[in-house]
Amino acid sequence: MQDPCNQVRKTFGDAYAEDLRFVAKQVVGEENFIDMTPNRSNNYCCGGGGGALQAGYTEERRTYGKIKFDQIMATGATYCIAPCHNCHSQIHDLSEHYEGGYHTVHLWTLICLSMGCLGPNERAYLGEDLAELLMPETKEAEE
Amino acid sequence: MAEEAIKISGKKQSTFMDKVREVLPEGGNLNLCLTCGACSSGCPATGLSGMDPRKFLRMAALGLDEEILKSDWAWQCTMCWRCMYVCPMKIDIPQLIYHTRKSWPRENRPKGIRGSCDMALKHDSCSAMGASEEDFKFVVEDVLEEVRNTQVGWEDLQAPINKQGAMFYVNQNSREPVTEPDEMVPLWKILHKVGADWTYGTKGWAAENYCMFLADDAAWKHIVEVKAKAVDDLGCKYWVNTE
Repeated sequence: MQDPCNQVRKTFGDAYAEDLRFVAKQVVGEENFIDMTPNRSNNYCCGGGGGALQAGYTEERRTYGKIKFDQIMATGATYCIAPCHNCHSQIHDLSEHYEGGYHTVHLWTLICLSMGCLGPNERAYLGEDLAELLMPETKEAEE
Repeated sequence: MAEEAIKISGKKQSTFMDKVREVLPEGGNLNLCLTCGACSSGCPATGLSGMDPRKFLRMAALGLDEEILKSDWAWQCTMCWRCMYVCPMKIDIPQLIYHTRKSWPRENRPKGIRGSCDMALKHDSCSAMGASEEDFKFVVEDVLEEVRNTQVGWEDLQAPINKQGAMFYVNQNSREPVTEPDEMVPLWKILHKVGADWTYGTKGWAAENYCMFLADDAAWKHIVEVKAKAVDDLGCKYWVNTE
């Protein structure tokens, strides 16, 4: 679980980080949730914020993000939940660039997956292990 | 008894520290640095371009504004506030960074951020990817129709646009409607499941604000005003934006 700087440290604080964990644990199961260290208000920025994704200093952005990458790899987790748009882009890029092999998912993806209503076209960020899980019923479009 | 105060001759050089102090509550504590280095040891941008937060602050304190402006570091720092969070004196280094960005001539600021800001200023959609009000409405309605027609149990899914008096006005990052529209659907489903009274708006629908990252105050203000007016015009009680 990435604690987005803008939502946690810069705005709502640790109480919000707890809410995020409550939701995440409800959808993936407490036994499947692994925290990074450090976390919550003390978490490291992923390196995608402040306009960095568009600033053009790509090498520096990835060097910045190496700390985040190492933090994620240290958990051994298959998925990193990124409940922020910037974080999602950056953490996804870090996995590809440093060949971490983890998947980066939006929180909305896991919420709908756990409710059994994640449609076939809404699974772009899931790995093979979850790609077919709890697939809801579909029908041919009526003309 | 103390001697008369020592006077240091020479012109005072710094403007950064003064300007930033003026706009911050209690002056942003900028002159309270203990040089402990907690900021730098916990900053992922430490070492990039040979800079770190403590060095940056010390340079500002010494009036080395010109040298600061020669460094690209202000654009590599993400203004994440971790330095301020761990600082025993709560020194507002991120604000110093913002001011440094603002001190760059606009045309020299990073092209990508500048282009995204300029694009957002083109339409009242405020989209940094240039998607217009009509584009957004078309994509949302198109995706919604497909879900209703193909996903069992979601025939009544809603994605309201310009719904007067809705409780929540929800912003959407441009990336979804422009490059991966199906990613909007899970959000709609969640809002539907919990029975939220929400709406998108054609005006000001885009969540991102690169003018803020560009440190272009006037453009940043404009973007926020367009969005805030859109929320007000629809009579929505809450404006939901996680950017």
